[in-house]
Amino acid sequence: MQMHSLSFDVSHTLAGGLVLISFLMLYQDRLYSLLNVFALHALVLALSVAWQAFIQDAPHLYVTAVIALVFKAIVIPVALHRIVKQLGIHRDIEAAVGIGPTMLAGMGLVALSMVLMLRVTAEADPLAREDLAFALSVVLLGLLVMVTRRNAVSQVVGFMSLENGLVLAATGAKGMPLVVEISVAFSILIAFIVIGIFLFRIRERFDSVDVSALDDYRGEHR
Amino acid sequence: MNMPSFDPVAAVLLIPIGSAALLAALPGYRLTARLNVVASLATFLSALSLLVIERPQPGPYVLVDDLNIVFIVLNTFVGFTTSIFSASYIAHELDSGRLTPVYLRFYHAMYQTMMFGMNLAFVSNNIGLMWVAVEIATLTTVLMVGIYRTHAALEAAWKYFILGSVGIAFALFGTILVYMAARPVVGEGQDGMVWTILIQHAAKFDPALLNVAFIFLFLGYGTKVGLAPLHAWLPDAHAEGPTPISAVLSGLLLNVALYALLRFKILLAAAPDAIAPGPLMVTMGLVSLVFAAFMLYRRRDIKRLFAYSSIEHMGIIVFAFGMGGPLANFAGLLHMVMHSLTKSAIFYAVGHISQIKGTQRIHRIRGLTVTHPALGWGLVVGVVAIAGLPPLGIFMSEFLVVSSTFARQPLLAIVLVFGLLLAFGALTLRLTTVAFGKPRGSTASAEASYVPMFAHLALVLCAGIYLPAPLVAWFQHVARLLG
Repeated sequence: MQMHSLSFDVSHTLAGGLVLISFLMLYQDRLYSLLNVFALHALVLALSVAWQAFIQDAPHLYVTAVIALVFKAIVIPVALHRIVKQLGIHRDIEAAVGIGPTMLAGMGLVALSMVLMLRVTAEADPLAREDLAFALSVVLLGLLVMVTRRNAVSQVVGFMSLENGLVLAATGAKGMPLVVEISVAFSILIAFIVIGIFLFRIRERFDSVDVSALDDYRGEHR
Repeated sequence: MNMPSFDPVAAVLLIPIGSAALLAALPGYRLTARLNVVASLATFLSALSLLVIERPQPGPYVLVDDLNIVFIVLNTFVGFTTSIFSASYIAHELDSGRLTPVYLRFYHAMYQTMMFGMNLAFVSNNIGLMWVAVEIATLTTVLMVGIYRTHAALEAAWKYFILGSVGIAFALFGTILVYMAARPVVGEGQDGMVWTILIQHAAKFDPALLNVAFIFLFLGYGTKVGLAPLHAWLPDAHAEGPTPISAVLSGLLLNVALYALLRFKILLAAAPDAIAPGPLMVTMGLVSLVFAAFMLYRRRDIKRLFAYSSIEHMGIIVFAFGMGGPLANFAGLLHMVMHSLTKSAIFYAVGHISQIKGTQRIHRIRGLTVTHPALGWGLVVGVVAIAGLPPLGIFMSEFLVVSSTFARQPLLAIVLVFGLLLAFGALTLRLTTVAFGKPRGSTASAEASYVPMFAHLALVLCAGIYLPAPLVAWFQHVARLLG
């Protein structure tokens, strides 16, 4: 490939790093460590977005980078940390699927997104297409975290890592409009989710935030 | 133009958002409920004026064309009638203590914010803006579904939230891919997301990228349309929230997602090398129809029953648009309008019924036509309409869907008819137990407003007997646009 410049390598490394950290998330069996890994995920995303802002000469992307850094790498993990502590559910995560199958499924998903995106975007410029392939991997791994966990907090973490993948894709698409607006909209969405979990606790409607326990309240099952 | 200062597009956006701020600040039930109705009426009238006033030129953010006027007018009309129903419904909820005045303020503000989100999604010419608008509308409905704060309501809201968020994430990824496909052709920046510009150049887009984009968009917005197997949030959200919200969810929010899908379907149709979106939509539509028809038999909760009926009808509509062609598109469009009107009328009736009886369980509701003739017979007419019996409007649109399918794909038509008959059976079964027989449960008199329900049913009946020629011409024109 002819575009082996420094800018290409750095953004490649950061995007690849995000995929690796998503893998780290898959086998964390403690909520605290999951939150720490997520904070790292958001930190790498912030670096990646800032790098894109620098090489694309798009100063508005720095806003997105700052949001990722302050909101997702610091505020949300700290808030969730406190919620977990107050709920007393820090001991372990009840994974619905074992770690082995989860890791295998994760590899399968990454392979799938590489094959799909690299084949489909054969004519796009190499930076954008590999960025997109990494982004789709992060999205799918986030989805995997969501479906393999039963706990509401870890589902939220899965969703946020999925959303990090989307921000990666949006910033990688050169010159895409509304990126900042979309990242703000997502932050509001996440804030709502976290407040939602917090409200569950305050209202003391739930004894635990285990989603499977909620199934009992379905109107249909008697 | 006599009034150059009046901009109907701005009005349908600013009236809801302005009144949302006002309603959040004002105390008192009587005042706010009336203000909610007045604001909804004003929005509806501004939407109607779009029909007569000269349309604005499509800009980078706003587009008004023949397709979305249908959606906007329908949206604001049902929003207006639901606000009338909501006023009498919410009065009862306040009396029974299920809602406190603080939550009521919140409820009205959210109602108008939701109308804003939906109208913005309809008028937006920018696929990124449309995505943001759909997200706003979804978020507000999530908050309203959970407003009762019971176990079941919070669980329903949570499920809706998580599934809706995944759907919206997929839709965004699809949107980014569309931009990536457009960038080499229309250039970087703003233009790559403006729908009217995209459609002009769609033929030159990379077809492979566009295909993948459509799959993501279809999964994403399809979750919000409630297509099986992505429908899991829908019955819970309908059953546990306040009934006015069930009415707008079924009648309006599903249409918003459908509209987004249709926009992208048109885009794909303009790119000859990309996959045809039709077969995907036909398959998902039929699966939803047959699945929901089977599920109807096992429902014990009256709001869940009609939620599954919504999945069934969205299946029919997506199927019709997937078949494509002027006749099937016409039928799909007509069916969408008829379904919105009928389903919200049914929810108006169901809302009052469940308040009187104090339950949503079907087996505790009996003999409504004896104890509450107006509500009971209203429900009977509504269910007869939704089951697809003549002479009501849904019969005509379903007949058009079936006959146009028979002419082109007889095998698919057999599946379609099977699903329709199955759903018909389930609905009649439930209707006979609820509406007739020996009365059971409370027989307290209803303090209901019947006007919205009967207005909707009268419109559906009119449409079944006689469709005005200008309306037919309009729908035919839109059907051709849809390709």
